[in-house]
Amino acid sequence: MSEQFVLETRNLVKEFKGFVAVDDVNLKIHQGHIHALIGPNGAGKTTVFNLLTKFLSPTRGQILYQGEDITSLKSAAIARKGIVRSFQISAVFPHMTALENIRVALQTAEGTSFSFWKSGNSLHKLNQRCMELLDSVGLTEFANTTTVELAYGRKRALELATTLAMEPTMLLLDEPTQGMGSEDVDQVVELVRKAAEGRTVLMVEHNLSVVSKLCDRITVLAQGAVLTEGDYQTVSADPRVREVYMGSADSGERGGSSPAPQAEAAQ
Amino acid sequence: MSQSFDSSNVRKAILDQQKSQDRRKMLLNGVLLLLLLAAPFAMYPVFLMKILCFALFAVAFNLLFGFTGLLSFGHAAFLASGGYTTGYLLSNYSGLTTEMGIIAGTLVATLLGLAFALLSIRRQGIYFAMVTLALAQLVYFFFVQSAFTGGEDGMHGIPRGHLFGLIDLSDNMNMYYFVLTVFIACYLLVQRIVSSPYGQVLKAIKQNEPRAVSLGYNVDRYKTLAFVISAALAGLAGSMKSVVFQLASLNDAHWHMSGEVILMTLVGGMGTLLGPVIGATFVVNIEYQLSQGPLRDWVDPILGGIFVLTVLAFRSGIVGEIQKFMRKNLG
Repeated sequence: MSEQFVLETRNLVKEFKGFVAVDDVNLKIHQGHIHALIGPNGAGKTTVFNLLTKFLSPTRGQILYQGEDITSLKSAAIARKGIVRSFQISAVFPHMTALENIRVALQTAEGTSFSFWKSGNSLHKLNQRCMELLDSVGLTEFANTTTVELAYGRKRALELATTLAMEPTMLLLDEPTQGMGSEDVDQVVELVRKAAEGRTVLMVEHNLSVVSKLCDRITVLAQGAVLTEGDYQTVSADPRVREVYMGSADSGERGGSSPAPQAEAAQ
Repeated sequence: MSQSFDSSNVRKAILDQQKSQDRRKMLLNGVLLLLLLAAPFAMYPVFLMKILCFALFAVAFNLLFGFTGLLSFGHAAFLASGGYTTGYLLSNYSGLTTEMGIIAGTLVATLLGLAFALLSIRRQGIYFAMVTLALAQLVYFFFVQSAFTGGEDGMHGIPRGHLFGLIDLSDNMNMYYFVLTVFIACYLLVQRIVSSPYGQVLKAIKQNEPRAVSLGYNVDRYKTLAFVISAALAGLAGSMKSVVFQLASLNDAHWHMSGEVILMTLVGGMGTLLGPVIGATFVVNIEYQLSQGPLRDWVDPILGGIFVLTVLAFRSGIVGEIQKFMRKNLG
């Protein structure tokens, strides 16, 4: 096969007591694609994310990254390989400033993170790069604001900038537009599009209009198993998908504004 | 992304704010230093040294609790192991100078801290607290059973000896300035740690551990280092305490002591540098004042009441509340 898969899972299975959350999932993610993982609540999307980043250990199966088996690596090691994830609930460091949030990510590459004897001033040289990243998500003026005081949409933007600071080759975004108003959603779509340049993105997303705008390929999960895969046209025309995921005809409109509880079975 | 933009104003504002904060802190620290230098002329030096030892103990504990977010319920083990080791060595090997005994005590506490950390650091929250408590109880029973500690009687008559073989520490003034020097050095060390690149990672771990993991930090290692440094400083506090009082007793190993250091840190203000110092001063003073008066049997209930009051009404502790007030009213 000539095509290059960045991330691949082979027969991935996660069982909780008496319950199969992820059932024999084979994902193949193409280099440079924005790949969506969709499915109804409880389909196992977040569990797949947790398996890929080793926040959970798979019961069986393999995870390959650029052809290399990373099934046994720990979360932090996977992040250092360039697979960086975001979380459903915005993951920021609430009592640090926006700039400090990003600096903590940049710090990983510095190799001084155990240097407890070093002055904090040794980190100031990273500030310029922090400001560039803040600027890229429109947060320049909030550099010195404590993150807890930022509006929700800005927190998510900051989270994305922090993720990008890691210069990941692969982004895993867990519902980047969750809980946002429609204006913020458009903004996030633009941010993700920009962030995806030169990268591969795997995203869980409920908002189908976002998926249709952004994604090159879509995998539909239902009850832990892959139901179908393809581009938006193929997937949205599939009657089985309509049945399990979209339900009736009101499909594409709901998405981001619906406050559907995100109680994934895995949690 | 690489477009140039004008961030100089923002950065200047950040720097200016930092500078004025730094200046205020310097001034405060200067005043405190002068007070500490002059204190033994106005008060009984041994009492002041007691405060300093407990303050160091609380500062050490706060590095773990306030700055890393790990609640250890076993810090008495480090205080006691430092104290007993130093006491034993200084009592039995007259060739040892005092600072060597203290360094040895600190080292033993450091190694014990490493052992504790390796066994407990992967546990979260209440489980972590319980594992540290259980390990500290093991250490307690070891000290109860061992002959060298003097069991229930404690270890008495530890010689203060000569610092570097030169300065006579049986003189309370000499002893005081030695303890003060060590205390200030440790305080500055913790200040440095908290603001260092490593301190930034600790902050991140405390505020959102899964996110720190997803940014590639192996959080267990960072926590382990924090635990070991904290244990070392707690051991140092215990070592100095045994030299000051010429006594090491089971009190220091008892879980009461682990609870008391939590109280000191919370009352003073966890996660602030000065908080534990103020908290220790406060608690040691209250204990002393009460034990002199008619309420001497009521020390524990009163401290318990203060604890409850702090947790319910003054979450940020003395220093934390003052900082909040200053931020609100002085910008």
